[in-house]
Amino acid sequence: MDKREQAEQLTRYMANFVDHIGKVLPDDIIAKLDELAEKEDSPLSRVIYSTMKRNQKLAKELNRPSCQDTGVLQFWVKCGASFPLIGELEGLLKEAVVKATFQAPLRHNSVETFDEYNTGKNVGKGTPTVFWDIVPDSNGCEIYTYMAGGGCTLPGKAMVLMPGAGYEGVTRFVMDVMTSYGLNACPPLLVGVGVATSVETAALLSKKALMRPLGSRNENERAALMEKLLEDGINAIGLGPQGMGGKYSVMGVHVENTARHPSTIGVAVNVGCWSHRRGHIIFDKDLNYRITTHSEVTL
Amino acid sequence: MLEIKDGKKILTTPVSAEDLAEIRIGDIVYLNGSMTTCRDVAHRRLVEAGRKLPVDVRDAAIFHAGPIIRPLENDKFEMVSVGPTTSMRMEKFEKEFVEQTGVKVIIGKGGMGPNTEYACKNYKAIHCVFPAGNAVVAATEVEEIVDAQWRDLGMPETLWHCRVREFGPLIVSIDTEGRNLFEENKVIFNERKEKAIEEICKQVSFIK
Ligand code: SF4
Repeated sequence: MDKREQAEQLTRYMANFVDHIGKVLPDDIIAKLDELAEKEDSPLSRVIYSTMKRNQKLAKELNRPSCQDTGVLQFWVKCGASFPLIGELEGLLKEAVVKATFQAPLRHNSVETFDEYNTGKNVGKGTPTVFWDIVPDSNGCEIYTYMAGGGCTLPGKAMVLMPGAGYEGVTRFVMDVMTSYGLNACPPLLVGVGVATSVETAALLSKKALMRPLGSRNENERAALMEKLLEDGINAIGLGPQGMGGKYSVMGVHVENTARHPSTIGVAVNVGCWSHRRGHIIFDKDLNYRITTHSEVTL
Repeated sequence: MLEIKDGKKILTTPVSAEDLAEIRIGDIVYLNGSMTTCRDVAHRRLVEAGRKLPVDVRDAAIFHAGPIIRPLENDKFEMVSVGPTTSMRMEKFEKEFVEQTGVKVIIGKGGMGPNTEYACKNYKAIHCVFPAGNAVVAATEVEEIVDAQWRDLGMPETLWHCRVREFGPLIVSIDTEGRNLFEENKVIFNERKEKAIEEICKQVSFIK
């Protein structure tokens, strides 16, 4: 394959992958929803969970996006410095989104700011979003794909605390979001928390936290403890499915962290909804691929 | 009409005040009959511009939603995907809307406020939530799109007049007594949150 053919191939793969993740949830999310459905015992929770289950089954059978809000596409790429298509990647991801939009079909969710018109293609200035990490001494490429829906994007919040506020302040910051906007973001939620120096470093971490597999823990012991405490604490609020009340509120809480300036604690929270449409695909330099989030998919 | 079939509470349009009298917040109901999608601009046209709604929704249902529609032949349409949108955006208009149109069932996402509570109590209507994210279930419960009005508003805002069959589950969030499930839950959630914060804070004094 020459380079042009390779780029076309990768575009096709990514369009098909985006199309797929809008219709079928990742394996870990399906398992978690099943588990929570089992554990809830009120008739209201049970009816909601069984509706979700029926919806996912119908979406697959009828080959339709499972939620009408197919979001704005976001990609987090961990690209090897010598991946052959590194220069083409950003452009071809945009093309893949346009392709998927007509093929799936996806909703047109890209409105140019200030000029305020819908592009009608689901892409625009800076959308889809591509977050870059360059991996030295590698010729492969890992891509996380995420559909950021409106309802679950709305609770997103970041701020810089004074160190005096401590991790107690971080706790309150996260918990307050749960009962204000979190409630309407289609629980059970996946909660991503970033702890760093400033708003943008914390915010990016809080989004990356949503890409981690469910049930994984931060490797720092205290951060892992915080994940567990927040998870139990938010569950104790009892938002239940759709925020209508129940025994649980979240599918998980993931904390990502970096070092910070001694005078600040940057903190951010991002939430994923029950319809957490994320995908993870790994390519080698010849575009052989492996999908970690969804079993039994051929692109 | 209200009937109970296999343990399911089913409302069939036309719905009367008596049908709704015993229904309470937290109940689950299903809808048969007439339901029209109706959101921001349609509310604004009726309430602010004083225009008459071109679909009769008296004793029937409206759905705060913007669907994906596939046009068929002979001016017919198919519902591909439909899900509720945030009802709170219509809160500002809902009192006048219910008063003027005589709608009995309002379906959407999330809670609504005092205007809608007033309307539900005084004009005998209910607000229900269709669990969001279940767009394929909702679309397949639409039997037919019988009419499309105000098409100049574009696909999401057009009044899509549908005939639905056991459309739901619909969770009653405001009843005809004006009780509001979301508001009552909020108080409980906030109490529990404060307790949870207190517990967590005992264990996270990492800055010494
Ligand atoms: S929050 Fe998620 S499930 Fe709910 S409507 Fe938005 S995208 Fe769909």
